[in-house]
Amino acid sequence: MAKRVGIEVSVAVADAVKLVNADIVAAYPITPQTHIVEHLADLVADGELDAEFVPVESEHSAMSVCCGSSAAGARTYTATASQGLVLMHEVLFVASSMHLPIIMTVANRALSAPINIWGDHSDAMAVRDSGWIQIFVENGQEAVDNTICAFRMGEDNRVLLPVMVHLDGFALTHMIEPIIFPEHSEVDKFLPPYNPPVSLNPAKPVTMGALGPPNIYTEAKYAQDVKLRESKKVILEVWKDFDNTFGRSYLPVEKHHSDGAKVLLMTMGSFSETAMVAVDNMRADGKDVGLIKLRLWRPFPFEELREAVKDADVLIVLDRAISFGGPGGPVFSEIRAALYGLDKAPKVVGFVGGLGGRDISTSGFEEMVTKGIEIAHTGSVKEYEMFGVRE
Amino acid sequence: MVKKETKTAEKAKKEEELTWKDFELGCLITEPGSSARFRTGDWRSRRPIFDKTRCNPKCSLCVTYCPEGCIVKNAEGKAEADLYFCKGCGICVEECRRQAIAMEEEK
Repeated sequence: MAKRVGIEVSVAVADAVKLVNADIVAAYPITPQTHIVEHLADLVADGELDAEFVPVESEHSAMSVCCGSSAAGARTYTATASQGLVLMHEVLFVASSMHLPIIMTVANRALSAPINIWGDHSDAMAVRDSGWIQIFVENGQEAVDNTICAFRMGEDNRVLLPVMVHLDGFALTHMIEPIIFPEHSEVDKFLPPYNPPVSLNPAKPVTMGALGPPNIYTEAKYAQDVKLRESKKVILEVWKDFDNTFGRSYLPVEKHHSDGAKVLLMTMGSFSETAMVAVDNMRADGKDVGLIKLRLWRPFPFEELREAVKDADVLIVLDRAISFGGPGGPVFSEIRAALYGLDKAPKVVGFVGGLGGRDISTSGFEEMVTKGIEIAHTGSVKEYEMFGVRE
Repeated sequence: MVKKETKTAEKAKKEEELTWKDFELGCLITEPGSSARFRTGDWRSRRPIFDKTRCNPKCSLCVTYCPEGCIVKNAEGKAEADLYFCKGCGICVEECRRQAIAMEEEK
């Protein structure tokens, strides 16, 4: 029987890593991911998790160790945030290009400067093009479930790609929530042992990451992109099987009263919970507003997004990251690109807000929707609206 | 780097004909020693020309100094460069005590 316990989400994520029997954990503690790593170190030291814990000297080393251990065929986990994620930037591309299914929790946090330890999505967006599968969760249960799912998605021999599970720093990592834990035996059944087709083995030597000169590099990168795009099929399959096994469903684009709504709000991560309440309030006031929540960021769910917004006239997208000097927030500009050229598409209005841990309340989301509708009708000379900025 | 099926079934496929489907996942190399097939000679802008009349079969300075290891002795004991690998660095010309090697521009 599954247990429902009140637990800090970071500790719960570490317990999920125990449930999947990770072989190697190589991580460097950084706020707000620290409790995940600390608890994993405890679990290994106490003999509760039969894994090698590698206390590395930096995140660059953490990801490098992960590449080695995953290449050797070990089930590999790490976690980081913010500056740590951007320090491992170089090695992230190596992990995905060499098809090493490392699973990483990212406790999303703002990037310096000014130094800020609180949540936003600027770290996640900075590694958008690193070739990893990227999943955003909005509460502790989703964090635990998707940590388990991530191992099965990444390690599937049709995929063999690393996966980031993004949960907002503090707003999720440091919350105590009621979480249902599956039994170890159930997870063992859901997640088969990692069995890569090729690994580093002296008995059967291989070379990984060799030179790719101009005459093959284009083909290599195209093959990698095809693999990431095709992984969506397996991602959907894993979520479906998770639903059948554990009774909790996950979709690339989640809907909340969005079908048929003329105005849609779109959020990612923990803000989605607040936005749901805001949408419920607005609907109670008779407003035709719905919410869509983008869970799968890479591979980008084009079909699901287009389907979810097909009835809407206005789509208001909230980014928790800035693309400096660019066409608005990264999510907003991608959504607009995904809908461009369709016969019928909503007007897309971009907001940037919730930066560096600044909260947006339900009334804030209501204000954003009102302003978004106004901009959709009157137009704006600005690329995006900076929500809540003092002028 | 190239898939086994591609290598055997379509042996005639030249490097420039390989498609993105012909490579192992992540451009993995499953065959040890395959770097011997990597043509490094196409970087060359100059090639070494060996004067057999001046080459001393008892000397192996060029063989020893060649950083690519591509100079070998032929049946008569005279030095020859394997142009599949020779990058045209000219170190052999510098080291030869008998001025038996000269660099010539590639055309």
